[in-house]
Amino acid sequence: MIALVNIKNSRTNLEHDQKKESEIASNRKVIHLRVYRKNPKQGKSSHFDKFEVPVQRWTTVLDALLHAKGYLDNSIAIRYSCRMASCGSCGMKINGIPRLACYTKVSEIDENIITCEPLPNFPIIRDLVTDFSDFFEHHRAMEPFIHNPNADIVDKNSLTEFIQSPKDVERYLQSSYCIKCGLCYSACPSVGTDTKFPGPQALAQAYRYFADNRDDATQSRLDIVDTKHGIWRCHFAGSCSVVCPKGVDPALGIQLLRGHLVSFSKNDKKLAESRTRSLGKI
Amino acid sequence: MKSFKEDKIYWDSNRRENREGLKAWLNPSRYGWERISYWLQRLTGVFLLIYFVGHVIETSSLVDGKDAWNAMLELTQTTWGHLFLILVIGTSTFHSANGIRLLFTETGRGLGKPGRPDYPYSPVSLNYRQKSGIWIALILAATAMLYGANILFAGE
Amino acid sequence: MLMLKESQIMKIHYISGVAALFVVAVHILIRLPVVTGMPFSMSLEYENVVANYQNIAYAVLLESMLVLIAIHGFNGLRIILLEFRQNIVWENGVTVFTLVAMIALIAYGTRTILIANGLG
Repeated sequence: MIALVNIKNSRTNLEHDQKKESEIASNRKVIHLRVYRKNPKQGKSSHFDKFEVPVQRWTTVLDALLHAKGYLDNSIAIRYSCRMASCGSCGMKINGIPRLACYTKVSEIDENIITCEPLPNFPIIRDLVTDFSDFFEHHRAMEPFIHNPNADIVDKNSLTEFIQSPKDVERYLQSSYCIKCGLCYSACPSVGTDTKFPGPQALAQAYRYFADNRDDATQSRLDIVDTKHGIWRCHFAGSCSVVCPKGVDPALGIQLLRGHLVSFSKNDKKLAESRTRSLGKI
Repeated sequence: MKSFKEDKIYWDSNRRENREGLKAWLNPSRYGWERISYWLQRLTGVFLLIYFVGHVIETSSLVDGKDAWNAMLELTQTTWGHLFLILVIGTSTFHSANGIRLLFTETGRGLGKPGRPDYPYSPVSLNYRQKSGIWIALILAATAMLYGANILFAGE
Repeated sequence: MLMLKESQIMKIHYISGVAALFVVAVHILIRLPVVTGMPFSMSLEYENVVANYQNIAYAVLLESMLVLIAIHGFNGLRIILLEFRQNIVWENGVTVFTLVAMIALIAYGTRTILIANGLG
């Protein structure tokens, strides 16, 4: 009896597998992948290579690119790592809009030709790989760390606790989700021409540390961004927030920070600052 | 503290490589209404500044007497002159109304509060207030243009 | 302007923009047939315009409009040009050019107002 049931089960499984395979076959289609090719070391000319890639409903653009690289042309240069929108390595312009290749399904683009280009506003290293040095330089210029003379990291005994309420955390949490993928930087019209403008990513980080009540460098943070090519070169085109794959909403952080710069927004006395003041360090 | 000015890397000409350049300013498509508003605000601003300089110069003919003033009117009070003035009315209305919206948003008002982002990550700053503000500015500009046309061409 | 912080310049930009909106509104309203009681083209006749300029309150309105729009407009131009190219010569040149152009336009417009008002 048991043997009969097993045979019946294996038959059902086989039928199920066959049905699944035919479903997959019916889902499979071929798209044309246009890939930007340029090797600055071998000259300035660039061109597009076209590949026919089989895709399924769940195929991402990164999957399609890796298929092309694996089976059709192994010289395509792509940068990628986590494949799950966590590392921010595979940013590129896909059909005219900066997106993460691993986070963009071929099916959602709904076009038969998918054009992959390097992120605009970043110098090209090769093909789809761009140089993030300037981008990180702008990020570094924002001093993306907590300034707090009370947090003594050398003498562990004098470490003090900074309790934050959920409300305190929510003020900067979303800005701290930035994965530095550079999509906002390449979508921003001001970055397009202004090389000194820090860009949405760096300015959102300036807000992130400004809004953190463990940080007590309020004024110096405002001074860093209040320059000729600083925060005022943002004109709220909102493109950064449109393309952000992590919901950081850089445009929001930038405008909120500007509210503080023009003294329109109330700057709550920070816990860190009051503590520093009480210890006579300011 | 390192300032942007002192950092010599910012003078490196390579930094212009692969920048979108003027295309980023002039192509308002792809990114939604806020980008269109940015484009229109900038275009209308430049147009209005040119008009303003021209207007100051044209009205200066007043000091040269009645003949000079009438000669200037003959040049400007034509059908094409009126159509140009209607464009000025529309652009100035849009620039003003959208400028008021931007005054609020660029000083941190009407944007919503930062919070825990949830998938599919709809940005709170690009909310209905912004979109309706842009639409109101466009509708006001169209209405002002119609009213202006009515006044300018009624006397003809 | 060189000594001001960018946030201070932008505050001036916003305030001049809003203030200009009000004075321009009065400037346009004064030309509307429902206010003047005459067709638009008639309100532009030499005698009517000179009469406008000789009204001290209107002359003050025109002067404030001239100053406010010049500040707002030329600062807007400075912003656009600063974003366009970045090097010391260009940036200083833009600041000086916009300042000089603004002052020159204000001076030229003021001359018209003063002469038409009968003070010049």
